[in-house]
Amino acid sequence: MVLYALKRVVFTLPILLGVAIVCFALVHLAPGDPLVSVLPPDATQSLKEQMMALYGFDRPYYEQFARWIARVVQGDLGTSIRTGRPVVLEVSKAIGNTFMLAAVATVIGFMLGTLFGFVAGYFRDTWLDKTASALSVFGVSVPHYWLGMVLVIIFAATLGWLPPTGAGPGGSEDWKWNWEHVRHLVLPAVTMSVIPMGIIARTVRALVAETLSQEFIVGLRAKGLSEFGVFQHVVKNAAPTALAVMGIQLGYLLGGSILIETVFAWPGSGLLLNDAIFQRDLPLLQGTILVLALFFVVLNLAVDVMQTALDPRIQRT
Amino acid sequence: MFLATSTKLLEPILHSPGYWRTVWTRFRRDPVAIGAGVVVLALILMAIFAPLIAPQDPYQGMSLRRLRPPGTPGYLLGTDELGRDMLTRLIYGARISLFMGVTPVFVALFLGTTIGVVAGYLGGWTNTILMRTVDVFFAFPSVLLAVAMAGALGAGIGNGLIALTLVFIPPIARVAESVTTGVRTRDFVEAARASGAGAFLIIRKHVLGNVMGPIFVYAMSLIAVSMILASGLSFLGLGVKPPEPDWGLMLNTLRTAMYTQPLLCALPGVMIFITSISFNLLTDGLRSAMDVKS
Repeated sequence: MVLYALKRVVFTLPILLGVAIVCFALVHLAPGDPLVSVLPPDATQSLKEQMMALYGFDRPYYEQFARWIARVVQGDLGTSIRTGRPVVLEVSKAIGNTFMLAAVATVIGFMLGTLFGFVAGYFRDTWLDKTASALSVFGVSVPHYWLGMVLVIIFAATLGWLPPTGAGPGGSEDWKWNWEHVRHLVLPAVTMSVIPMGIIARTVRALVAETLSQEFIVGLRAKGLSEFGVFQHVVKNAAPTALAVMGIQLGYLLGGSILIETVFAWPGSGLLLNDAIFQRDLPLLQGTILVLALFFVVLNLAVDVMQTALDPRIQRT
Repeated sequence: MFLATSTKLLEPILHSPGYWRTVWTRFRRDPVAIGAGVVVLALILMAIFAPLIAPQDPYQGMSLRRLRPPGTPGYLLGTDELGRDMLTRLIYGARISLFMGVTPVFVALFLGTTIGVVAGYLGGWTNTILMRTVDVFFAFPSVLLAVAMAGALGAGIGNGLIALTLVFIPPIARVAESVTTGVRTRDFVEAARASGAGAFLIIRKHVLGNVMGPIFVYAMSLIAVSMILASGLSFLGLGVKPPEPDWGLMLNTLRTAMYTQPLLCALPGVMIFITSISFNLLTDGLRSAMDVKS
């Protein structure tokens, strides 16, 4: 088990290197000069060359990459062109907000998804199954940014129950666990939870249906085990996969929060990415993408190792 | 004598309906899938015949009649922020939105299948290099990869298509690789190799026929995701540029009217939703008719 975990960590290293290469290449993919947002439009050629040399852009790509990696490993992601502050600070502040939003959304999605999935799997082909399955199809099909807008229209614009945007009263960015702040979290978290809800419901339905059709369930019932006892066996069989799906979904929400954060002006990594793109703040863009991708890789690794630990049926070497 | 018996033995096989006929028979009995198929067909027809159906010009606006609510006489679904007929723009929107949603999946189907089948059939070092590269792109959440690519390349239909295609190549390549690896060791491939067939011929004649079904169904299931992502890029301002009618972009430009004309500004999203749910239900029906495991 420990050996397997170590092996997985080692296998992840080349992936991490690849991710770093992609993030590095992104900046050079961008059309135009990498200094376009720093230099005045009427900058002289000699000033331009001086700046290029200062930032190291005149060096060959592999050398630039090596220097960049050396700095990244030490936790230096460069300086944001827009704010002049270190990218690491900007990203870590924003990612905390996103993590909270994504975690709450995942928990809501997981609870509803397992509920719908269990109901659908237990009462297969009844109207309960059809309703629960319809809800899960809704979850995977709805454009969530649009759902967010609709919820804002209903609960903020029309009913006035909840605030439409932001993460706190008066645009304050310091989070506190009180109602004044939590009410800002309700709409974005509910909107975001729809995606994992649909996917988890589908997965759990299939798992429950498959487990219930196995012979050992017939055996358990034949020996007189109560329906609750059978239920416990089903849970045990479905849990590792369902939890793994939940973990991966958390990763997807963390990385894909840009659409929802744009709708709700939620001050997280997605909104930061949006700013970085539209203000052509390349160090910030590069840093945010790198951190989010690293999170995703590490999370996937953790989920895989945890699933192996939880599920004795999985034999991995 | 011998000939007669053998024909008799073959009879049940000769008269059993073909694979696709069986699939069609099963698909036909699924009312949800049929319904979804009809909606998809209707959307495609709407896109093709937009100039014939649409009541107005999609680009011609008038500032005097801006943001009229749905139900205004002459403007069945109201007018947008520049006074253009909403119904017209929603109908025309099917053109770009469907194009932006469907094209990346089909290009990725071609490229991803090529990568996956080559990796799966050849195995060894080719497999390692190709699939580890695919793994790197898999290490990005799909929305992040699409946004990062489109953000770095800049807004526009072409760049959006490139970004989305790149998102869908890795998952398709993975599915293609795993089904090809399953087929490669089968006896009929071995027999073809033993009788001197080259790799290209074996892939074309024996492998592709057996792997295309599952890969195609998987790719179909990605169209709904692609529709949501493509419209999402335009919604962020990273895809289609104004004044083109695109559902995602319309959702973006109408956001400012959220408080004054809520019903109006929700309409483009309804179109995206209908399209994506229809593709999802159609794929579900197709998958169970073709008996492919998800």
